[in-house]
Amino acid sequence: MARKTSNRRKLVLTIIAWSIGFVIFFPILWTIILSFKSEGDAIKTPLQVLTSHWTFESYGLVQERSNYFRHFMNSVVISFGSVILALIIGIPSAWAMAFVPGKRTKDVLMWMLSTKMMPAVGVLVPIYLMFRDWGLLDTRTGLIIVLCLMNLPIVIWMLYTYFKEIPSEILEAARMDGAGLRSEILYVLTPMAVPGIASTLLLNVILSWNEAFWTLNLTAAKAAPLTAFIAAYSSPEGLFYAKLSAASTLAIAPILILGWFSQKQLVRGLTFGAVK
Amino acid sequence: MGQIELKGVTKRFGDVEVIPPLDLHIGEGEFVVFVGPSGCGKSTLLRLIAGLEDVSGGHIEIDGQDATDLPPAKRSLAMVFQSYALYPHMSVRKNIAFPLKMAKADQATIDAKIENAARILNLTDYLHRRPGQLSGGQRQRVAIGRAIVREPAAFLFDEPLSNLDAALRVNMRLEISELHQKLKTTMVYVTHDQVEAMTMADKIVVLHAGVIEQVGSPLELYRSPRNKFVAGFIGSPKMNFIEGPEAAKHNAHTIGIRPEHIGISSTEGAWKGTVGVSEHLGSDTFLHVDTEFGLINVRGDGEVGLHAGDSVWLTPDLAQLHKFNADGKAI
Repeated sequence: MARKTSNRRKLVLTIIAWSIGFVIFFPILWTIILSFKSEGDAIKTPLQVLTSHWTFESYGLVQERSNYFRHFMNSVVISFGSVILALIIGIPSAWAMAFVPGKRTKDVLMWMLSTKMMPAVGVLVPIYLMFRDWGLLDTRTGLIIVLCLMNLPIVIWMLYTYFKEIPSEILEAARMDGAGLRSEILYVLTPMAVPGIASTLLLNVILSWNEAFWTLNLTAAKAAPLTAFIAAYSSPEGLFYAKLSAASTLAIAPILILGWFSQKQLVRGLTFGAVK
Repeated sequence: MGQIELKGVTKRFGDVEVIPPLDLHIGEGEFVVFVGPSGCGKSTLLRLIAGLEDVSGGHIEIDGQDATDLPPAKRSLAMVFQSYALYPHMSVRKNIAFPLKMAKADQATIDAKIENAARILNLTDYLHRRPGQLSGGQRQRVAIGRAIVREPAAFLFDEPLSNLDAALRVNMRLEISELHQKLKTTMVYVTHDQVEAMTMADKIVVLHAGVIEQVGSPLELYRSPRNKFVAGFIGSPKMNFIEGPEAAKHNAHTIGIRPEHIGISSTEGAWKGTVGVSEHLGSDTFLHVDTEFGLINVRGDGEVGLHAGDSVWLTPDLAQLHKFNADGKAI
């Protein structure tokens, strides 16, 4: 009897969970469906959309009009580049804050986090002017620098939390064994923190990949990543649903696949510090 | 090689002085044990010698060289930590090789030294394993192996046995003592366990609140403790202390008598009492006796046929009586 109730309960909970999942996933699903429709069919009622003819024509047109591969490469270079740069700066910073904390370390951490609370548009003009003067507008280098700065607080916070879990005695043992600062970080700390560094990398690559404010404002054609590629299809003359959907699907597909294969690491990254 | 000299060394954490100015000489090849209750500053003192903490004042000399401002790596000391502090991502072989790699030794030397250390410590069959796949005792041996290959001027041990179970602890204690006899290198060993201190040390340094209470060989400390603290800390079970008129009879503020220096009789003696708890170990019998001076612990050789509630007469061996003045100093 007890078993029957718990089974029914399980069934109800499963249905609720799947429904919530479906609602959250629906916009993405609809985008994918629309991308396989002709421009005319895409604006019909939902039922007509589902029953209409399926086609790849939007993908063909999108690729014809703009070079998907170039945008894709820009996205890869910019998101990975900015996160790797942030890690190079973040690992020693997090090391210092986790293992040699000063009186003001907590304040520094809070201050870094507070910079994320400021709306980005607040510094758009100064950064735009600096980029113009230094010739960084519409360059991959420029975007790598600005996205690195955007993500640095999160990178340092995440690494700091992971490093805190590593017993400091192990680093002291390395120091006793003759390791200098560089060897200590390179051969002992970093290998032990690999899972933490990997989830930091993944989460921040996704954040950089989807970042639209800076990528749209600081690029024109050469360095434009996939976010700019999508934006190109929402034009003042009217929306082209099918083509916009095809572009969006192409833009999110790589990161969706990356996310799917690294789910475990990502969940660990999102709940960092919560377990153990 | 292996002389360590502390001259007026102090340590403060903020406003708190954990170690007031302290002088200590550790001779070549000595096995020195720092012992004291938890929080007495013994681990801090060891970390100051290691260079893992900076001194707030004074000097540390190692083999005549001023090492006060040298980083840990440059002091030619090796340390074994309480938590073993092995590198979890490296095999046993790589763990032991790490200090040699850092010293940029060539591969042939590294291999030879690892083989040698593994043989001494019975680790040859485990060299390919990760620390996670080893037992506590094996991990501790790897930590010692990592220290041996450096051929340091001195070994520092920070409560290395406290994570092991009782039986293993006795074994490792012997192994470390044997290692000291084999290598004849200076060893500085921190423990809160006075049995470890008594069994292993050439010289014991008793610390209390950052201050050295007494330095001496185990038997010196046992026979002639300089004050009440040392008298109570060294020896197991603890020395009995009696104050008041009974102490005044011996012209002292407090008298101390060890449990093993009290005669037991069921018919006659100096002090009368009733057995509270009796512990029969076969080799010894420990009696907790209620007397007019309070609870007195007594140790009898072999089996003593007395049990809870029995009347008992106790007679202290007056030649073994310790006398202390009101400040706790031995008279």
